[in-house]
Amino acid sequence: MKPRVGFFDFASCEGCQLTVLNLENELLDLVELMEIVEFREISSAHGEELDIAFVEGSICRPEDVKRLRAIRARSRQLIALGACADTAGINALTSDRPVAELVREVYGDKGEAFLVAGRPRPLEAFVPVDGRVPGCPIDGGEFLTVLQALLIGRTPELPTFAVCAECKLRELPCTFERDVICLGPITRAGCNAHCIAEGDRCRGCRGMVDAPRSGPYYRILEEYGLSEEQIRDELRLYNLGGEAKK
Amino acid sequence: MKIAVNHLARIEGHANLVIDSVRGTVRELRLEIVEAPRFFEPMLTGRHYSDVAHIAARICGICSNSHTLVSLQATEQALGIEVSEQTQSLRRLLAFGEILQSHLVQLFFMALPDYYGEASILPLVHTERALVQHALELKKLANDILRVVGGRPVHPVTPVVGGFARLPEAADLQELRRRLVRVLPDLEASVEIFGSLDYPDFERDTDCFSLRGGDDYPLFGRQLVSSGGVDCAVEDYRDVLEEYLVPWSTAKFARLQGRCFMVGPLARLRNNFDLLSPMARQVAEALGLTPDTANPYRILAARLVEVVHGVERAIHLIDELLLAGLQAEEPLPPQRHGRAVAVIEAPRGLLFHSYSYDAQGRIEQADCLIPTAQNLANIEADLRARVPELLETGREELTRQCEQLIRAYDPCISCSTHLLTIDFA
Repeated sequence: MKPRVGFFDFASCEGCQLTVLNLENELLDLVELMEIVEFREISSAHGEELDIAFVEGSICRPEDVKRLRAIRARSRQLIALGACADTAGINALTSDRPVAELVREVYGDKGEAFLVAGRPRPLEAFVPVDGRVPGCPIDGGEFLTVLQALLIGRTPELPTFAVCAECKLRELPCTFERDVICLGPITRAGCNAHCIAEGDRCRGCRGMVDAPRSGPYYRILEEYGLSEEQIRDELRLYNLGGEAKK
Repeated sequence: MKIAVNHLARIEGHANLVIDSVRGTVRELRLEIVEAPRFFEPMLTGRHYSDVAHIAARICGICSNSHTLVSLQATEQALGIEVSEQTQSLRRLLAFGEILQSHLVQLFFMALPDYYGEASILPLVHTERALVQHALELKKLANDILRVVGGRPVHPVTPVVGGFARLPEAADLQELRRRLVRVLPDLEASVEIFGSLDYPDFERDTDCFSLRGGDDYPLFGRQLVSSGGVDCAVEDYRDVLEEYLVPWSTAKFARLQGRCFMVGPLARLRNNFDLLSPMARQVAEALGLTPDTANPYRILAARLVEVVHGVERAIHLIDELLLAGLQAEEPLPPQRHGRAVAVIEAPRGLLFHSYSYDAQGRIEQADCLIPTAQNLANIEADLRARVPELLETGREELTRQCEQLIRAYDPCISCSTHLLTIDFA
């Protein structure tokens, strides 16, 4: 029996599912290894019992919670696909403002009458999650690694070190040398420092390593002249922590 | 008869179709957008210009490059930052890469299964293996353009305010060019496939809204035109376009001069037929498209014409870039601050970003108007015209053809929620 797999999405851009579809070299093999019984973005088929559910997106509304719980109830394993599902991702950027105010701002006064909105939360705020593929978007290679672990019955594990380690292994010059702030020292590795290699900096989309040494890191940021507000701004993009992500 | 299709498949995002008919009359027809609202404009408010395109990209995974490019352009105009010819050429190449990628996913993964009577492309892996491999090869080439120029297919990394954080290697561009030239004969197979599809026989003329290019089929531009007589500068888009709320949608709908209208491949093609690349023009004629084509199911054919155009233009762009030689450039700092509007012909149609910046280089106000939000009213109007013609055919055929019609527009609902649902009530 091939494992039965489904892909689902909530509040997100669907870029993580697209990243799976962008594995052109592996896609035909993947189709042989498992039975993709649900994938709304590319299929109108429906399945019942699932071995693995990959879920993208944040949970915002009561109806989302209901749909997520129904998916959980029929899935042996449920995996958070991407930052929105894993930590609420970029959706959490607005979580310091009352939802009613946001609705008014975007939809005007009339919107309030019919628009149900809520604070975006990660999957694990509502259901047990058996594994995660972090990042915004996910890294296709890392998705394959996690999938491989699941298919051979192992618990998928993520790197426990920071992006800095991968950056140095690639011999990339540190962005701080060009006075550019980077969240590499506190962000979980696994992306092979992709954005830094492409000329940008790390913005922390994969979430923090377990127990980041943030004290010394903040001191470095202060040495570079960043105010507390600016440091918060840096972390806000994907790592607001506290309320928004719980 | 009540029909409700919840969470329509093979579109990007969540919509339901609701149709309620009694004795041959349609009582109710709604395209309900049920995507959770994500409030992108407030997300952008207060952000520094160096983060804005990064956030804007996340509005949509399938057209993240369009959002990035139009966002950068709006920011650069608001801050008085000029970009070089080289940057403009690389951005055009990136835009064509995304049009190819997005169009190919829609044509082969989302639309084609309907015409083969399958739920998805997956069963075709065994029955039509050559076709699936052909589709995957084309798609990979499109994504490789995005990788070489933008750093990755979804949420590009290299495009930044003022230019590029990293330039492509000449050798990588040469390799892309070789593959693009090689793929042209293969595209004949695609033309064969999409030329022989049994498109439903339906016409409803509508106002076609697009950019009008100067001497090239439009990507970026400053002049908006419509077949119904709109002709205005991009800055004045709010004078002709009005967004409005409908109670069954978390996406705003839009009107052009008070009426529904169409944006996207067919609208662009009708308004700029004379500017298609030579091969694309041949393909358009082979597929029976003219500046008057009014069958929305044929948007698929228009999409394929744009694929051919994109391949041809990408080859020329790479030639120009290689001939000039890629030069490392330092992006210029902001010169001023203020308001600006930018627009791009994204795969699904006109995409507007309008920003105003304060003296610290932070966004005071942002407004994004998305192609799908502009098409929603037109999709509903098409369905209202089409459904009565189909009521005799029975529930299954009616549902199938309605879904085909909606998919022809390739709605992108993640995007349009500031942003859509379909129930048949």
